[in-house]
Amino acid sequence: MHDLSCTDLTKRFGTFTAVSDVSLDIPSGSFFSILGPSGCGKTTLMRMIAGFENPSAGDIRIKGESVLALPPNKRNVKMVFQHLALFPMMTVGENIAYGLRCRKEPKHEIGPKVARVLERVGLPGNEDKKIDQLSGGQKQRIAIARCMVLEPDVLLLDEPLGALDLKLREHMKIELKQLQHQFETTFLYITHDQSEALVMSDNVAVMNAGRFEQIGAPKDLYDAPASGFVAGFVGDATVLEGKLGEVRGSQGRVVLEGGQEVVGSVSDSSTTGDTVEVFLRPEALRLGDGEPGCRLGGTVDSLLFNGASSRILVRTGRHLIEVADPEQRSGVSEGSTVNVCWSADRARIFARRPDGGAIV
Amino acid sequence: MSRDAGRLSLILLFTPFALWIALLIILPQLGIGYVSIREKVGINQYEYGFKNYVDFITEPVYRNTLLRTAWMSILVTALALIIGFPIAWYIAKIARERSRAALFLMCLIPLWVSDLVRAYGWIVLLRETGVISMTLVKWGIISQPIEMLYNDMTVIIGLVYTVILFMIVPLVSTLQGMDDALLEAGYNLGGSRVTVFRRIIVPYAMPGIVAGCIITFMLTAGSYLTPILLGGKNSSWFTEQIYNQFITRYNWESGSAFGVSLLVFTSFVVWAGLRLTGQSLATTVAKE
Amino acid sequence: MQGSRSLMTLYRAYVVVFFLYLVAPLVAAGVFAFNDSMFPSLPWNGFTWDWFFSPNEPKLGLFHDDRLLQGLGNSLYIGVIVAALSVAVGTCNAFLFVRKDFRFKSALYVLMVVPLVIPGVILGISILVLASTIAGLADQWFGVFLTSLRPGIPLVVMGQFSFLVTITSLVIIARLEKFDISLEEAALNLGASRPRTLLTVTLPFLFPAMFSAFVVAFLVSFENFNTTLFLVGSDSPLTITMYDRMVKAGSTPVLNATSVVLMLGSGLLALLSVFAQRPKKQA
Repeated sequence: MHDLSCTDLTKRFGTFTAVSDVSLDIPSGSFFSILGPSGCGKTTLMRMIAGFENPSAGDIRIKGESVLALPPNKRNVKMVFQHLALFPMMTVGENIAYGLRCRKEPKHEIGPKVARVLERVGLPGNEDKKIDQLSGGQKQRIAIARCMVLEPDVLLLDEPLGALDLKLREHMKIELKQLQHQFETTFLYITHDQSEALVMSDNVAVMNAGRFEQIGAPKDLYDAPASGFVAGFVGDATVLEGKLGEVRGSQGRVVLEGGQEVVGSVSDSSTTGDTVEVFLRPEALRLGDGEPGCRLGGTVDSLLFNGASSRILVRTGRHLIEVADPEQRSGVSEGSTVNVCWSADRARIFARRPDGGAIV
Repeated sequence: MSRDAGRLSLILLFTPFALWIALLIILPQLGIGYVSIREKVGINQYEYGFKNYVDFITEPVYRNTLLRTAWMSILVTALALIIGFPIAWYIAKIARERSRAALFLMCLIPLWVSDLVRAYGWIVLLRETGVISMTLVKWGIISQPIEMLYNDMTVIIGLVYTVILFMIVPLVSTLQGMDDALLEAGYNLGGSRVTVFRRIIVPYAMPGIVAGCIITFMLTAGSYLTPILLGGKNSSWFTEQIYNQFITRYNWESGSAFGVSLLVFTSFVVWAGLRLTGQSLATTVAKE
Repeated sequence: MQGSRSLMTLYRAYVVVFFLYLVAPLVAAGVFAFNDSMFPSLPWNGFTWDWFFSPNEPKLGLFHDDRLLQGLGNSLYIGVIVAALSVAVGTCNAFLFVRKDFRFKSALYVLMVVPLVIPGVILGISILVLASTIAGLADQWFGVFLTSLRPGIPLVVMGQFSFLVTITSLVIIARLEKFDISLEEAALNLGASRPRTLLTVTLPFLFPAMFSAFVVAFLVSFENFNTTLFLVGSDSPLTITMYDRMVKAGSTPVLNATSVVLMLGSGLLALLSVFAQRPKKQA
């Protein structure tokens, strides 16, 4: 049984299709993320699940039952809003009790329930605090507690970490994951930040222009992206444009714009003559001599130190190639001539993305 | 939310608005427009035409009163702007956080006191037996008590006093929104004080200036108490003419014509002001 | 700025003079309420409370002057009704213009602001003319005598209401625009019905603005002269009573005493509204 499933869900605003034919099934108790750039339709999708938008077509089922006819206040999916939407005129306790009161639960049960959920999010005894007395991370936990006290079938989280500063965001990622384990509730998390999605999720759906490009475990998305969009959006990669030449098995030969030839594995339905892009992950590259077709010569343009994720930028023709260089152990210096090489199965070839992959 | 519920709530919310605007604003204006073009020729017998307006234009007393009201109102508006701008600037930019709020509140105090009390205060100060005159006599600066009421100067002082707050409030709120870095950039790029004032401050404050001027002008042109009480019989303020026609002479037809003339005139000035400065009513007056 | 200390001093002096100009007539009006004299003028004859509390002529105190007290009562009565009505309609207008989309919205918004730029005198006469015309027609056609459309408190209420709605609407719109719509969605999401959401989330948020709008409307109604002048019947509010007294009987310090009470009353209300608007500090 799936806690939440959507079938062929579509939402049109006038002539604009925000969400198109999206289907997903989320197994009970898992952490599921929808990852996509802003404007890809992920917020609309979540708002349809919560009941704030009516789908133009398709169905939404929670625990097997269609909820299309239910207004938002009757659906047992709770939502943590982007800016949390804690009620500023109420105390922490009143915020958490709000949903219980709406359900008309007996008064003497509300107090203990609030106390218990506060304990579970690690903020016991804070019922009487005002919202503006809380730190960013505490607000986050109260927003989750406010939903979890209602024991929802699914918890929706709409980029709740976006407003936090970097350090706290890193910390909250881990904490959210732990909270999800603790409550054993299905979390549906939407974000444009790939590291949030990869770190926390059991499964991630990558969304682009209203459609799902790929659904899979974080490692699968990273290692075996199904499209150029996924390859470009998830993780870092150097992208080289060219024309696909001879294809043998899954191996293809690409003539780059500068005239060089490289070999990689064709990962979608591109055929000879198509314009394609070759994706090279920094950690799949090293300096040294490789087999013909799996190497490019160039000069070291600059060295970027960033601890374990330090990089070397190598200029070859009109391309800058990013090569992983953990803790700068390679010891090359700027301006030196080097060869960059890889193994053919780690260079992925996809059809060229329509927007040239302009993702910031 | 279903579409029907949305539609229903739209209708429910729209009804009071529509009733208010239609019954208390539009219809009454049309009403005085209608009354102004009719003329009583007998009991319950009327003729229609522009005679009331012709009378208004051909009778110099009426015409001159309107022109006088207009000039004085424009003068008062200009004075209020000139006097009020430095005060608004001080409150918005120079005063420290704490005293800023206090000064702003102090500015608002007279706003909370009725026109009547304010005019009455001026009477107590300025009349022949008033505080200023008596004090001057006592100090031997003048030998005889002098009457400072009932002249144009006093009327202008009183009017500026009455309306200046409505100039300062919008000015302060626009100026407060101005980033000090704009000024610093202006000076940094080599602007003199005059250029910075002309090229940066004034354009930035324009919505506030326009809003303040419109409200000030309307309030002045439409004021009744201050000119009558401080100007006495010689004030010849236009609203007084309207009152005379309506209440004293019970001549509603010509009173309505006067009212329409005042409305047309003030609307024209407001419209011209908005046109000249490229602002709109919704972005200025409604911004407060 | 460089070397402008004396300029700054001059500037400060100007500000001080300006504030003296602001308070001078108010102080003058106030002080002479306590002068033991028949006229609100110098010389100072000593301090007295007579103009407030003296029960008999010639120094009939404000609190024994039935006409003035009657006027005060009328003003309070009118003020409360007008303020309540204009806050109610202003709140509807706020929801209409902030939350709803409809045709000609921006044109209608301008129409909503327009009463602010119609001189009060004209609002007064136009409502007088319309009401009398309707009353006249009702009399002529149906033989009904509509007292409420003859000059009197109902007309005063209508006249003041006609422009106060603009003020209350603008105040409440400004607040509602700052409302984060996701708070309502959060309430719905937590299981609240629409009416409950409105009652527990949106209205509490709007309440400070509604309160200040009420105070402002009440005060403006209380002080209003221009519109009211044309619409009063026999129950005149305080400003009209005071004006009559001033013009017909000449001024006596009882008017100063009334001014003092008015200043204190409106000052207090104004402070209340300022504190209501201020975000609550933690306990």
